[in-house]
Amino acid sequence: MLAFTLRRAIQAIGVMIAVGIISFSMFRFAGDPVNQIVSLDTPAAEREAVRKSLGLDDPVVLQFARYFGNAAQFKFGVSYQFRQPVSSLLMERMPATLELAACATVFAMVFGILMGVYSALKRDTFLAKVFQAVSLIGISLPTFLIGILLIYLFAVVLGWLPSFGRGEVVRLGWWTTGLLTISGLKALIMPSVTLGLFQMTLIMRLVRAEMLEVLRTDYIRFARARGLTTRAIHFGHALRNTLVPVITVAGLQFGSVIAFAIITETVFQWPGMGLLFVQAVQNVDIPIMAAYLLMVSLIFVTINLVVDILYTVVDPRLRSTLRRPT
Amino acid sequence: MTDAVVPHPVEPSVPRPHAGSGWLKRALDSDVFYSFRRSKMTMVAAAVTLLFFLLALLAPLLAVQNPFDPAQLQLMNSRISPLWTADGQSPFLLGTDEQGRDVFSAILYGLRISLTVGVLGVLFSGTLGIILGLIAGYVGGAVDGLIMRIADVQLTFPAILIALLINGVVKSVFGNSLDAMSTLTVLVFAIGLSFWVQYARTVRGSVMVEKNKDYVAAAQLIGLPAPVIMLRHVLPNAMGPILVIATINLALAVITEATLSFLGAGMPDTMPSLGTLIRIGNNYLFAGEWWIVAFPGLALASLILAINLLGDWLRDALNPKLR
Amino acid sequence: MIEPVLSVRNLRVEFVTRRDILRAIDGVSFDIAKGEVLGVVGESGAGKSVTGLAVIGLIDRPGRIAGGEIYLSGMRIDNLPPEELRRIRGKRIGMIFQDPLTSLNPLYRIGDQLVETIRTHLNLSETAARKRAIDLLAEVGIPAPEKRIDAYPHEFSGGMRQRVVIALAICAEPELIIADEPTTALDVSVQAQIISLIKRLGRDHGTAVMLVTHDMGVIAETSDRVAVMYSGRIAEIGPVLDVVQNPLHPYAKGLMGAIPTLASDTDRLVQIPGSMPRLSAIPPGCPFNPRCAFAFDRCRVERPEPIRHGSQSVACHLYDTAATETAA
Repeated sequence: MLAFTLRRAIQAIGVMIAVGIISFSMFRFAGDPVNQIVSLDTPAAEREAVRKSLGLDDPVVLQFARYFGNAAQFKFGVSYQFRQPVSSLLMERMPATLELAACATVFAMVFGILMGVYSALKRDTFLAKVFQAVSLIGISLPTFLIGILLIYLFAVVLGWLPSFGRGEVVRLGWWTTGLLTISGLKALIMPSVTLGLFQMTLIMRLVRAEMLEVLRTDYIRFARARGLTTRAIHFGHALRNTLVPVITVAGLQFGSVIAFAIITETVFQWPGMGLLFVQAVQNVDIPIMAAYLLMVSLIFVTINLVVDILYTVVDPRLRSTLRRPT
Repeated sequence: MTDAVVPHPVEPSVPRPHAGSGWLKRALDSDVFYSFRRSKMTMVAAAVTLLFFLLALLAPLLAVQNPFDPAQLQLMNSRISPLWTADGQSPFLLGTDEQGRDVFSAILYGLRISLTVGVLGVLFSGTLGIILGLIAGYVGGAVDGLIMRIADVQLTFPAILIALLINGVVKSVFGNSLDAMSTLTVLVFAIGLSFWVQYARTVRGSVMVEKNKDYVAAAQLIGLPAPVIMLRHVLPNAMGPILVIATINLALAVITEATLSFLGAGMPDTMPSLGTLIRIGNNYLFAGEWWIVAFPGLALASLILAINLLGDWLRDALNPKLR
Repeated sequence: MIEPVLSVRNLRVEFVTRRDILRAIDGVSFDIAKGEVLGVVGESGAGKSVTGLAVIGLIDRPGRIAGGEIYLSGMRIDNLPPEELRRIRGKRIGMIFQDPLTSLNPLYRIGDQLVETIRTHLNLSETAARKRAIDLLAEVGIPAPEKRIDAYPHEFSGGMRQRVVIALAICAEPELIIADEPTTALDVSVQAQIISLIKRLGRDHGTAVMLVTHDMGVIAETSDRVAVMYSGRIAEIGPVLDVVQNPLHPYAKGLMGAIPTLASDTDRLVQIPGSMPRLSAIPPGCPFNPRCAFAFDRCRVERPEPIRHGSQSVACHLYDTAATETAA
């Protein structure tokens, strides 16, 4: 168990170093860090001086080490557009994104599993076919179109929900939350559904396929031969075995939910990291892009690690093979 | 003891048609075509996909104006609602936007851009993925390890993020004022680089399987160079899965392009793709001018749905195990 | 006459496919008495396993029981509603499958699986059920059962897992156990232990056992009677010693000829030429006729019905003395 966790942790660090190199190359070679400090009309001589003082004449390896050291302390430089430290910009916006991603994931898990189980167990019913059709449309409709559609329906036509922003937020230390106010909760609904719909579709398809697979296994047949009730077989045995791979995928998906939040945040003008990133891409604000890449990678890698460990908790086979490797 | 293997069903001996004359007949006879004819949904999807490609190809003949040419746009024609509504005006079937651009014509030309980027993106990522997969599988060792490690890392990041980053980096290198054609190239490049992993993994897998077979050893023995063996003998075995991935990736590439354009990191307003049109139209939704966003959205959604349906069917048809 | 525990009458099982209807079991009849072990032997696809599944009511779509009757201690069970059939499964009929490695749910401790099954069928408290589970594990020969009960399936060897499977099958004292190739997936050294365990349980509890296998050796060691199946029909059925030493049906003869013995000094084992027909291509008349050295015209046209011949019953025209006499 420990060895396994350790191995995964080393892999994770490897990934972070790779991403760090990419991020550093972007920062160093694609954009000119000197631009962060000086204004456009600064004379060349002065620029050179700044360049020296920043250590940009040092060997690349040394510069990378310095960049990585700074990044580890969340020092990512200064944004071109906002003239503010990137880290404070990101930290300010992180709660919005994480809250949105968490709500979207919960929505996707709950409905995805329910619909998947139903369409696996009642394969030929009308409702199961409706779910299948919904899943195909969910995969085919681009996220931003779903967002636009929802806004038109619930904000423009019906006027029930706000079309943009987070509503009122409550400040808890450095964290801001929309979960404690009515307007904050209302504002969360549409973005969460928009962001979660694709994941929901994915989870539903996965649950359905896995469940059908599990229902064909010998141990389910043997459970039936033992005369267990249909309910015990479906929800005790089949569902639990189905959920093992589903947890992994859903967990890994949380990373891409954060990335896909870029789109949702743009549609709903949600003040999160994604919106900041899109604005950075549009305005070629390299420090923000590089920092976002690092932050998101860090979240991804952490989630992967957590999911791996979680997996071993759920599946006893893994636990013991890890305990005593054969 | 007498646990004899159940005899395999003997294939009915169909007389082999002569080469050249009978490939069409043979194609019509095949299992794949059989399953195609059995699924009405797939036939509709194929027809819709074909229709979209034709519309894109024939755009100059069908459109009432060239929406990319500012000289043809007249502001007095702006914000006209679709033809069948009370304020509709001929010849603007689906209405016009705020610049007097005919929505129907814009969709036709936008479709051209979207499909061009999609198809080129798929070709680029397919070629890249196949070559890297062949190299990884055939050479093995450290090269294989390196390629597959990169693939692993890339797979953890969603394609849209990678495409956005590549887009941003290219912009920062070449400045923010790329012309439309260069933007299109960048998009193809960005999408291609974000989707190669699946091809590479598939091809590598089948190279690993085929590499140890006798016919490859025989080909090596008679001195065929490795690239020839790979392309002529090993690759054809992986064509089925590659085709499936390519179809599904075409839908993904179109979505990615549309998303990038929607986010303002793709095609510019002067040469809009479907995604750009949706972004522009989105601004007028609150004013009640729904048609500017609705029709490009509908076109995009039905195009992707049709391609996805085709991809799903192809996957099932080429993989009898799933049936 | 004592009522048999299991009585199968003229059972037919069909599988509906896209092209046509395949008849996997066609007119099979047999009885198993209390405490008796019936061996069912035949090639893969002869319909042995399907017969077992039909008895316990686990034929799934696209298969279906198309005709015939199944009686359990005189009660007809083939037409019961699913819920009542479920109550019989595991309680009155226990089943053991071929592969112990895949028969147990890997995510549950074996104790949980035992307690679950016991409490489904018997009105016992959690503690009482657990105690019973430990007793069962001891009975099937699991050492230190009070410790092993909390282990997961993967922590057992194949043979031990099959013992757990057997414990699960007998946990409600069933009248009948159906064992479908219970030793095929096991090491040869373990096979004998499992066989003797099944035999002992049958004897101790007076349980009737239907032992499905393709291994004549296993049958000869365990069974009281044996049924030889071919193409979904019973070719021959009778006391195991008689059938082994004096097989009547040409197919059974071939089958017995294929058993290696130390006594005989034949250099080669006898082979039956050809292979069993696919379900979609069963020839008219006797299904064995294309491979049979003694086949005559009648065999290609008329299907042979079971004929009593001493202690055995055989479905072969060669033994239709009445017809042969009239012809002569």
